[in-house]
Formats: sequence, C-alpha cells, structure tokens
Amino acid sequence: MPDVRLVNVTKKFGKIVAVDNVSLHIYDKEYFSLLGPSGCGKTTLLRLIAGLIQPDEGEIYIGDRLVNDVPPEDRDIGFVFQTFALFPHMTAWNNVTYGPRVKGFDVRKAETIGHEVLEMVRLHERLDAFPNELSGGMMQRIAVARALAAGAKLLLLDEPLGQLDAKVRNELRYEIRRMTKDLELTAIHVTHDQSEAMAISDRIAVMKKGKILQVGTPQELYINPQSIFVAHFIGESNFLEGYVSNISGKTTIIELRGGIKVQAVNNKGVKGGEKVLLAIRPEIFTVEKGKKEDKNAILGRIERVTFEGTNVRYEIRLKNQDLIVIVKPSLTGEWFNMGEEVTVSFPTEKAHVFKYPDVGLKEEIAVE
Amino acid sequence: MPKKLREKLDRLSSKPMVKYGVYLTSVVLFFALILLPPILGIIIKWSAMGKVLGDGELVARILNAMKNSFVIALLVSVLDVAAGIPMAWFITRGRSKWINFLDTLADVPFIVPTAVLGYSLLLFWHKPDGISAFFGGSIVSPGWLLVALLHFTFSYPIVVRVIVGALLDYKIEYEQASRTLGAPPLTTARTVTLGIIKPSLIAAFILAFARSISETGATMMVAGIFENGPVFIQNMKNAVSAQPPQVSQAVYEGSTTLASIILVIVSCLIFAVARILGSRLGVPIKKAWPTLERKLSYSSATLLRNITTLLIFFIIVLIPSLFVALPAFEALSTDALSKALAGVEPWTEYWQSLVLSYSLGAVVTLLNVLIGLPMAIIVARKRLGNLSSTLNMLVDIPIIVPSVALGVSLRFFWKETLAFIPDIWLLIFAHLAITYPYLVRSMSAAIERIGIELEEASRTLGAKPLGVFRTIIFPLTKYSMFSGAIMVFTRSVSETGATLAVTQLKTAPVVLVGWVKGKVVATSLEIGLGCGFLILISFIILLALRLVVRGKGRY
Ligand SMILES: Nc1ncnc2c1ncn2[C@@H]1O[C@H](COP(=O)(O)OP(=O)(O)O)[C@@H](O)[C@H]1O
Ligand SMILES: [Mg+2]
Repeated sequence: MPDVRLVNVTKKFGKIVAVDNVSLHIYDKEYFSLLGPSGCGKTTLLRLIAGLIQPDEGEIYIGDRLVNDVPPEDRDIGFVFQTFALFPHMTAWNNVTYGPRVKGFDVRKAETIGHEVLEMVRLHERLDAFPNELSGGMMQRIAVARALAAGAKLLLLDEPLGQLDAKVRNELRYEIRRMTKDLELTAIHVTHDQSEAMAISDRIAVMKKGKILQVGTPQELYINPQSIFVAHFIGESNFLEGYVSNISGKTTIIELRGGIKVQAVNNKGVKGGEKVLLAIRPEIFTVEKGKKEDKNAILGRIERVTFEGTNVRYEIRLKNQDLIVIVKPSLTGEWFNMGEEVTVSFPTEKAHVFKYPDVGLKEEIAVE
Repeated sequence: MPKKLREKLDRLSSKPMVKYGVYLTSVVLFFALILLPPILGIIIKWSAMGKVLGDGELVARILNAMKNSFVIALLVSVLDVAAGIPMAWFITRGRSKWINFLDTLADVPFIVPTAVLGYSLLLFWHKPDGISAFFGGSIVSPGWLLVALLHFTFSYPIVVRVIVGALLDYKIEYEQASRTLGAPPLTTARTVTLGIIKPSLIAAFILAFARSISETGATMMVAGIFENGPVFIQNMKNAVSAQPPQVSQAVYEGSTTLASIILVIVSCLIFAVARILGSRLGVPIKKAWPTLERKLSYSSATLLRNITTLLIFFIIVLIPSLFVALPAFEALSTDALSKALAGVEPWTEYWQSLVLSYSLGAVVTLLNVLIGLPMAIIVARKRLGNLSSTLNMLVDIPIIVPSVALGVSLRFFWKETLAFIPDIWLLIFAHLAITYPYLVRSMSAAIERIGIELEEASRTLGAKPLGVFRTIIFPLTKYSMFSGAIMVFTRSVSETGATLAVTQLKTAPVVLVGWVKGKVVATSLEIGLGCGFLILISFIILLALRLVVRGKGRY
C-alpha cells in the first residue's frame, strides 16, 4: 500500500533551502506530478523520498513505515533518473535484470521478470547493446524497464522525458502512465513542463522556491488557481492592476487603471481599497467589433495578430493603455484585423482577484 | 614574449607546413631518442645471447630471477590496487576536514627518491633501531619480503592518485541508481562503481607492475641475496667491472640482453592479457550475495575497513618512507652536520652529485615538455589519423623496460653508433626515455578532458592554432602539466638503475647507494643526513614550484 506522506520536511544545502517545510500526501496508485520551474527543489524532494539524501527536519512515510533512517535499497522503490544513469559497462539486458539479481532472486526468475518488463516497454531488439549504442528513446525505455523490474510498487521519475525530442516525448508520456496504471503503481513524476504534467497526472503539486503552492487535479489548478504564480505557470493569464472599490456579497467591484470598473466573483480574501491584480485567461474573453456597452466590457484596439494554426492570438491595447492577450480558435468564429477597434468582455465568474504582491508582479511570477 | 613575436608565431602556426612540421619533428624525436635506441641496443647484442644459452647454470639463474620479478610484481600490484581502492574511496567520499591533509600525505613516498626509500625501509624493518627495537630482533631481513614491501610502498601513491582521479570523474548517479534498485553499498561498489572505473584500475595495476618490474636502485638496497631481473642485471654489471672481472664481457652482454628481452616481452604479454581480460571479463555481476554483502555494508564493517586502510597506509607506507629522516634529526646535534656542510670526505662527492641530479632533473623536464607536448596533442586529438592510435600504444613502452636494462641497452646502442658521445648525453637520453611516458600520459589525459568544442569556439573567434594553445589549452591544463612535470622531475632525481648502467657519472641516488652498500665508508648518521638533505631539498623545490604556479592565479 505505498502511499507517501511527507510531514514538515525541510532540506537545506548550506544557505539554500531547497525544500522548505513541505507537507504532502500522495495517495496509493495515484499518478502524481511535482511541477515547478527549474531550481525550485523538485529533484531534491524526489531524492528525499528515495532516500538518496536525508531531510534536515520532518518525517517521510512510505506506506505506514517511517523511512527517515531506511537506506534507499530497502525502501522498495523504482527510480528513473533524468540522465537515465544506465550502467555504461553493462548491456541493456544486464541493466534491466540488475535489480532482481542484486536482490538475490534466482537466475530463472530474474530472466522471467526481465522479459516481462521488456514486453511492457515494447522493447525486444538490441538487448545486447551497451547504453552508448542506443537512441535516447531506447535508453529511456530501458531506464523505465530497469526501475520496474525491481518489482517496487512506488515509481519515482525525475524529468524522465526531459532528454527526448518533442515527438518521442509526447508518445512516451502516455505510455508511462498506462504502464503504471496497468501495474497499479504509485508514481511520482517530476517535471518543469506544465503541459506534460497536465496531460498525464491525476494530481499535481506546484512548487516554487522549495515550497508547495497548491495541490490539485489539473482541472482544479487551471480553473481555480490559488495564487498569482499558479495562475501564471499553469496555462496563461492576463494580469490587470486595480483597486477594490466595493465588495457586495460575493461580487467584488474593481477599478482598473483609467477608472474602468469591472466585476469578479473569485475573491481570494482581498479587502476594500486594497491594491489587487485581476487574472483573466486569454480564451474566456469575448471580442466584438466596434464600441459596445456590456457588463465587464472594455474598449481597445488590435495591436498585433499572430496566426498559430489552431488558434489566432491577438494583442489588444485597452483604452487605459493596459495590454492584454486574447486567444481565439482560428476556424470557428470571426477574425479581426490589426488596428481595428474592438470591445472585449469577460464573464464575472471566471476572473480571479488576487492581492497585489508585495514584491511586485514581475518578481512574483519570475521562474528563477 | 614581445607582442610582435607572438603574433608572428601565431600566424606561422596556422600554416599547415609549420603545424605538421612540429608534429612530425616530435614523432621523429620520439622514435630516434626514446623508443628505438633501447630496442636497437638489445638487438645489436642479439648474437651474444648464444654464448649464454649454452650455460645451463647461468640460464637457470636468469630464469629464477625472472620468476622472482614477475611473482613480486604481480603480488605487489594486486595488493597495491586492493589497498588503494579503499584509501581512494576514503579520500574522495570522506567528509572530514582531515581528508585533504591525508590526501597530501599519500603523495609523500613519491617525493622520496626511491633509492632513499629503499634505505628508509631497510632501517625501519631490519635495522635494530627501527620497528625491530620493539621485538628484540630484525622483523624483516633483506630478501623477497622486504623487496615486496618496498615495491608496495613506492607504487602506492601512484595507484591511489589514479583511482582518486577516476572516482572524482565518476558520476555518482550510477551508484544512486544501483541503490534504488535494491543493492546495498558493498554490492553497488563491486558491481557498478568498480566496474565503471575498471579502465583506471587496470591502468593503476599496469603502472604499479611496470614500476616493480623496472625499479633497480632501491631494490638493490633491500634485496640481500635475493635476485630479481634488475638486481641480476646490476650484479652482472658489478661482476664485469670488478677488478679483476668475474665474468667475461661476452657473458655479461649476453645474459643482460637475454634478461631484458624476457622482461620486456613477458611484461608486454601480461599487459595485453590484463587489458583484454579486463575488458572482456565483466565484474561478477551475475552473482550477488544479498545477506552477506548487506552485513558487510554498514557501520561496524565500514569502520573496520577504514581503520585497516589507515593502518596500512601509516604503518606500511608512510612511516617506513620517512623513517630515514630520524637519524638526520639526531645528526643535527652532532658534528656530522658541520662536517657535511664543510664538505669533508665523503661529502664533496655528495654535494657534486646533488648539483648533477637537480640540473639533470631540470634539463630532462624541460626537454620532455618540448618534445612530449606536441606528442600529447597528437595522441589526445588524433591529429595524425590512424598513426595516432599506434603512437598512443608505443608511448608506454619505455616504462616497462627495466630501468637498468634500458640503461644497458642505451649504452650499447649509442656506444656502437656514436662512440665519442659524452656520458652526460647518455644520462640525459636515458632519463628522457624513462620519464617521457609520464608526461605524455598526464598531458594527453588532461587535453582529452577539455571538450573539443572549446577549441573550436576559440578557432571560430579567430584564434590561430598556437593562440588556441596559449589561451585555451594551456590555462586549462596548467595543473596537469605541472603534475606531469613533477612526476618527470622526481622520477629523474630518484632514478638509480639506469644511471648506474649507462654511465660512471654519479648522481645523488648513486652516491647514496654506494654509501649504503659500504663501497664508501659512511656512518648511519651520515647516510641519514644525506637522505634527509635530498628529501628536504626535493620537497622545497616542489613546494616552491607549486607556489609559483598557484601564484599566477586560478581559473
Ligand atoms: N547537492 C547539492 N548541493 C548544493 N545545492 C544543491 C544540491 N542539490 C540541489 N541544490 C540546490 O537546491 C535547489 C533545488 O535544486 P533541485 O532540487 O535540483 O531543483 P529542480 O529539480 O527543481 O530543478 C537549487 O538551488 C540547487 O542549486
Ligand atoms: Mg531537477
């Protein structure tokens, strides 16, 4: 029953706090992703779970067992390294059967397991090749097969697709998920690629500077981000500066720059008179030609049009000089031209109001 | 260098004629000065072997000496690698602040000239004031065991250095991968780490083996009546130059040639086997002993291993190496010191020899850098196509020829071809040949570690080949070049066997061997003092060089 629980876990490297007081519960048989910009402590967190490094504070449980003092070889895990770490002096086959052999299984059993996992990663050719003779995609399959062969119920993957080119990456990510589901494994997948995390995860933890900002399903994170960083990092958001002019019931009235008043309902605890940021996804705007009167309608002019295939992307200068981005499907609906005057509007219930960050917007959403 | 001249040289270096001219010159010099003379020297005397082959007793004696050489070399190099692995592990993985200090200490036996090292071990293990004092008698008398101890000691620093380098370059992730797959630390070390650094283990083995096969001066001191290859050659040489000669010139030439040929050919075979077996024969990963290895992996077993490692280092390597310095301290309170400084007999000869040794070391180092550097580039960057790989193998040959045999055949060769050649040149050639592989090896390894992209980037930015060397390769390999030069220098200063064989000129180790062997009357205080000076001066020179290099700033 490998669920994983972290309780107030902290890990420092000298002055750097790589993992900062993290508590997290990853459920049994779940496909869980740790998502965040590079350097935010994802790998460190994964290594703590694997026992490759020890926490300075806090407890780590795998199943019901407190594993703080358990060495990695006794934690019953599989680990796929970012650089694969295939043993360069062993053939693909010997890499895959390494786990069963060092655990003392007899040769017959080790070989049976080897064939099973290779079946699973759909790799049968070139088993006598050494790692440096294999392509990136093959090395990745061998690395996954090797981790599975150890028979663990908890699979840890550190950017397992990071070294592959885009096409192979997109194929393999679904395969890994399928395998873990077939084998009923718990998987923890580290990535900095939000689209990857969104595509394959049951739940995602978004990390920043050693802290976990939000945990939730991909939909929850996208529809209801709890912080400016998450709203920015997952998908895309327009941020408009303003002040709370009035709160009535669930509705917050915000005065944007240039005296424009708009309404939103998702108020993250801001108070009257406070400086705020209004976060609006690019695809929820409605765009109409010319000047229109409507709720949450703002007049603007198209400054740039970019055709992206599936979508068209408009950069629009609002009449208060704020710049926003709007994305519309290219084959359904109307097109607009550069320089055209338009009215944009957005639904009250899909915009989010955040307190303006003390460090400024730029710093708040910086990924470094 | 003036700017004008530098620019001119840079421009010249981009002309293919000039570039290949430099490379070809270094290849020609390698063949003409380093590789061919010792080999031809042996071949010239080929016919002399006929006289010896008929003499059953002499052949038996030679074969016995050969057997002794190989048994000792094999034993010692295996033990050295076995003892060097945990020490290198301790140095690279330990967390204590003492590790750096220990790391430096491990180099000490390398600074002590081998002949002095031999004497030091003799004092420690055999003479009444050494460790024997605690046991009321000599623990180890001169003979095979003392020879083995000696060879173990002088190869230890090289072996540790090579393995430390390998462990530092090695990616720790392989080890972590193995642990997550369920292997305890010991299994991981055996199946993964040692498997991956195997080429370095083999290299360390070969270096230790070659050194053991070829070392002469120090071995002479502790051999007693025990005879291995180099000692046999030296004994024959003594016999032929005795008054009156105890063997004929022909017997001397024949038996020396035979012994050298056997040593070289069998060594080459052993190295080939080591390389082939090493790469074929995987580590025994097929088998694992989970319970046993698990037990041996954790705290008490690890502690025991570390303690044993340190005990071996201090008791067998470090203390015996420095033991010779003790009488030197004692000598400070007697008039031995003032006599030595005043240059009374036997000190006149000693001081002259010291000057000769250090100037020789300097000249040899300089020449080696000049002719070895282009070769290192050829080998590292494969500048001459297929020829490069062949050269790469040939470069190692001089270190496997026993130094005394190398001296003898060099003398044969040069005296046959250029009878009037001055002895000092013979000496320089001999030392050049012996030390050349060390410089080329360390330099080419360092150059290989610099990615070729850096060089290419520099070229695309407009640097000429010589400019690339000056601005990229040199700054980045400065420390390797420095350590290569140090190896060359210390090796030259401590070299005894070839020196004795090639000339009558007396370098410091030759003089000290004479004192110890009783050819010149000297007290133990004087011997201790003589050794002490040599160690101290070598140490100061190396320290000064290190400071100068470091003073130029780090990168
Ligand atoms: N072994 C280490 N020693 C020192 N600092 C480290 C070490 N490992 C990671 N760090 C630091 O900890 C922070 C988090 O690193 P990491 O967990 O690798 O981030 P991520 O995987 O999210 O890119 C970084 O600032 C990194 O420099
Ligand atoms: Mg990482």
